[in-house]
Formats: sequence, C-alpha cells, structure tokens
Amino acid sequence: MAIKSILSNKTRSFLTMLGVIIGVGAVIAAVSLALGSTKNIMDSVEALGTNLVQITITGRNSTRDVTYDDLKEFADKNSDYILALAPQVSGSLVVKVGRTNRTVSIIGTSPEYEIVRDRHIQSGRFILDYDLEYRQKVAVIGTAVVNTFFNGRDPVGKDIKLGGQVFKVVGVLEEIAGGKEETSDDQIIIPVTTAQRLMRNSQLRNFSLKVTDAGYIDQVISMIDMFLSKYYSDSNSYRVFSVEQVLSILNTITGIMMVVLGGIAAISLVVGGIGIMNIMLVSVTERTREIGIRKAVGAKKRNILIQFLIEALMVTGIGGVLGIVLGICIIKFVFGSMGIIQEVYSIPWMMISFGIALLVGIVFGIFPAYKAANLHPIEALRYE
Amino acid sequence: MIEVIDLCKTYHMGDNTVHALKNVNLRIDEGEFVAIIGPSGSGKSTLMNILGCLDVPTSGTYRLFGEEVSRMNDNQLADIRNRRIGFVFQNFNLLQKLTALENVELPLIYRGMGAKERHRRAKAALENVGLGDRLHHKPSELSGGQQQRVAIARALVSEAPLILADEPTGNLDSNAGREILKILKELNDRGSTVVLITHDNSIAMNAKRLIRIQDGEIIEDRKVS
Repeated sequence: MAIKSILSNKTRSFLTMLGVIIGVGAVIAAVSLALGSTKNIMDSVEALGTNLVQITITGRNSTRDVTYDDLKEFADKNSDYILALAPQVSGSLVVKVGRTNRTVSIIGTSPEYEIVRDRHIQSGRFILDYDLEYRQKVAVIGTAVVNTFFNGRDPVGKDIKLGGQVFKVVGVLEEIAGGKEETSDDQIIIPVTTAQRLMRNSQLRNFSLKVTDAGYIDQVISMIDMFLSKYYSDSNSYRVFSVEQVLSILNTITGIMMVVLGGIAAISLVVGGIGIMNIMLVSVTERTREIGIRKAVGAKKRNILIQFLIEALMVTGIGGVLGIVLGICIIKFVFGSMGIIQEVYSIPWMMISFGIALLVGIVFGIFPAYKAANLHPIEALRYE
Repeated sequence: MIEVIDLCKTYHMGDNTVHALKNVNLRIDEGEFVAIIGPSGSGKSTLMNILGCLDVPTSGTYRLFGEEVSRMNDNQLADIRNRRIGFVFQNFNLLQKLTALENVELPLIYRGMGAKERHRRAKAALENVGLGDRLHHKPSELSGGQQQRVAIARALVSEAPLILADEPTGNLDSNAGREILKILKELNDRGSTVVLITHDNSIAMNAKRLIRIQDGEIIEDRKVS
C-alpha cells in the first residue's frame, strides 16, 4: 500500500527524499573524509614503531648544552629501559658526482640509528663510533642517490661530494620506498660530528630513542624529563614525546573532525526531515477524502496512523539507502581521484546514518500521520 | 435492529446553534426496506450519519443490534462500520488509485483478512452486481452506474446486515438509477435491511416504508402501497 502511493507520484517522492539522500550521503562522506585524511599520517607515524620516543631541544643553555655523550651515558645507565639512542642533525646539501648534481637530504647521526630507526644496510657498512670520534668524511647512501649519481652500479669505495667536501661512500641503505626521489631512499647518512662541522650546526637538537618495551614509555619519558631539567631550567626548552602520544593526538583530531563535519551533515538531515513533514502534511490534505472513505468502511485511527507513518518511513528508508550509495560514490570518485586521502568505508557509520534516516522518518512523519488519523469521517468525506 | 430514542443532534457554527435533529424516535426491524425522504437541510443526512456510526448524537439513545452505540469509543464504532454496516454514497466514494477489485477488498483489509480470501470474496461480490469482467478497471475507467455498483459490491462484501444508501442515484441517469434500485431491491429480498435517503418521491416509492423528515423532526411514517 505504501509503495503504491510512493510510486504514484515519482517526481514528488524523489524530491521529498532528496533532503534525506543528501543528508545521509553527506554524513558518510564527511566521516570518510575525517578518517581518511588522518589515516595516511597515522599509518606513517605508526610505521615508526610505537617504542620510539623523540626528544627535541628548542632552547639554549647559558652554561652548557646537553651533548651526545651526555645522552649516551644516560642511555647506557638505563639500558634496562632504553634500547638505543641516536642523535639527528638534519639538513640538505648539494651533492655532486662528476657532472651530476642534486640537492639531497642529509642526516648526521650515530651507529645506534640502525637500531632506533630500524634502518639497515644492503651493502658495505653503517656509520661506526670510530667515524664519529674522528669526524670521518664517510657516507651511507640510499638507493635513490645510487641511481642518480652512480647509475645503479656499486658505489662503495667511491667518492661523493657533499656541500663541496669530498666524502667516501662506505655503505648503501636497504631500499624501502622503491628507490624514488624525495622518499626515505633519497637520503645520505653521515657521522653526526662531521655533520655538526659541515652544516655549522653545533648544538644537537634532535634525538630519537627506542624503548625496550612499550610498557616503559611513560617511565622513560619522565626519566628523560628529569635528566634534561638539569640542563635546562625552563621546561619549554625541550620536548619529549612518543609516537603513542602523536597517535593519540591524531585520534583526537580525527574525532573532532568527525563531530564537526558530522554535525553539519546532521543538520542537513533535520532540514530534510522538515521537508518531509511539509510534504506529508500536503499529502494528508490532498487525501482527506480518501481518509474519510477508509474510515467509513471501518479503518480505525490506528490503521490510518500506521499507513501514513509507513509511507514516511519508506520515503526516508529508500532515501537512506540512496544516500549511502551517494556517499560511497563521493568517496570513490571524488576522494579517490583527488588522491590526497585514503578511501575509508565505515560500515558502522553507514548503519548509524541509515538508522538516523529512519528516525527522521518517524519523528517528522508522526505529526502528519496523527493529523490524518484524527480527521472526522464526515468532514473528510465532504471535502472537495 | 435499529432503535432511536429521543435523539438530538446540535451543531455550533460560530455564534449560531443549529438543531439538526430534535427528539427523533424511530424503530427499524430486520429485513425492512425504508426510505427517508425530506428536503435539503431537513436533517436526513445527519440522521443517516448517526445511524451509520459516522457521527454521535448530542443526546438521546441509539441502539444497533441491541447495543448502545452512543456510548461507544472510536475503535468500536469503526468496527461496527466495518462489519455491520455497508455504505453507498451519492458520489460513489471509491478510491481513484485502486482497481474495482481492490476497492471492494478494502473493508476486508481492515478486518485483517488474508489476501487469498479477500480476493475470493471481492470477486464474488463484483460478479454479484454484474461486474465480473471489470475487476481490474479503475473507477475512472467505469461509468457512473458501474462505479455505484462497485460501491454496492463493497457494501456487500463484508456481509453487512444493514445497508445505508445516501442518494444513491443522485449522480446517475435514469437508466442507471433504475438498475441500482433494482439491485437494492434484490438485496432486500435476500434479507438485507436497506435504508435509503432521498429527496425524490419517485425514488422513495421503491421502498416498502416511507419516513418523511422536516426541520429535524419526523412528520410522517407509513407503509408504501
């Protein structure tokens, strides 16, 4: 019975549904947008490993900055908790071999980097303590660098110019990103002490360390906090954070995005619902005679109420399904092709928004249905 | 079957008070064929609405099949309309979007009857009034006389003992009108109680008993010769 009345005026039914379709589609696309845009970031952060803790020093100490040796001693003393600690001095330099030159990202660090960042070599050797002690001009290069400057041939033992200075290639890093430029394969690792001289950056500002067990993270963070506070009285001079913390911040951001975008979409659902109520009221007026006839042959108030309520639910139900389809299409064709965010399909949210669509049908359909049910049979029959 | 005692119906239209029915007393037994005749505004339609449980009296008693109707609630009245009373209206009052068959099934739907049984009964009722070949036509595809016959079939399908017809031939030409009266007579012969409302004397003469109403009061009640 309800399907018949919806099909009898397809244009009107569709236009009525439109509010719900757009509302549901918007909710699903918005949720997907929130989840997908942070997912990329979260995946790469997660790939760093949850046992990773980063220390960044932003301030200066009037007497003495903390050095690599200080931190190394600290790490050795607490080796039950700290697996390895590596400093990081970053920058970029013009790299030259023969006539080829290009700017490449340089990382000055220590042997522990291998363990802390899980970055290993595929040939030659990594940086050694000896290199650090004597500020050797040695370099471990990534496969993108090998491709650009050495035509894919074994570079170990050959010379490479970094920022005008001649270095010797002692190792090649394992390929992890397809050997493409501007990726993690496009890096050159040199001893941190050499880097400090080369890049005129004597203060060590960034350290990464790996915790022996994820359960110790909070402890280690407070240990580092205590240790650094001895060097820097202002706790704003340094930052200690873990990958875990970053992930949780990202989760919060995602959550806020979902609420805001979802809220806006929910408003459009309400607007759609008001439209439905409007049309249903018109429909009830148009069908006054019909309602009178039904009552005359024995329809009870409850029969009429349910009839119109089911019609409202069908409109919102079908609208909800179409809205989910619309949402999926937006995700697939708009987000997917933009490429900056991952396509995320959240089934729970599809269920939720379908449920809300039905709820809208009930809430906004009940008033017109109630009006219909309470029409007086005689007046209804007399209606022109 | 029908007992009306001191029935009054009063309307309030703005500042005016309209006494549509004033102390009407009436008794109709099973199997009768009664015509209620009166000019427009006499209260005959109001009386029929109350007899048909579409409306309730302001005061007085209406007993149908021995039950006190004036104290019944909406749902009980709806039930009576469904099972005990069949309406035939001047303007047919069929649902335009449904076929003849579906229109006739309507009372049975509200009774909760299953589809198969409904179909069977509705088909039989339509065949009874000679429309067995028009089951799937919509009202717009039927003539006036045919539409009224569908309405009668609908009144019949619930096997209602009481049939109330309000100016059933008002919108029909004389031929079709005659046919409808013929059907009503046949129904009466088979045992249905028929109450006919009209303003036309010649139509009223088809019945067996004549009740004349004017200004809300019964002024005449006699057998038709």
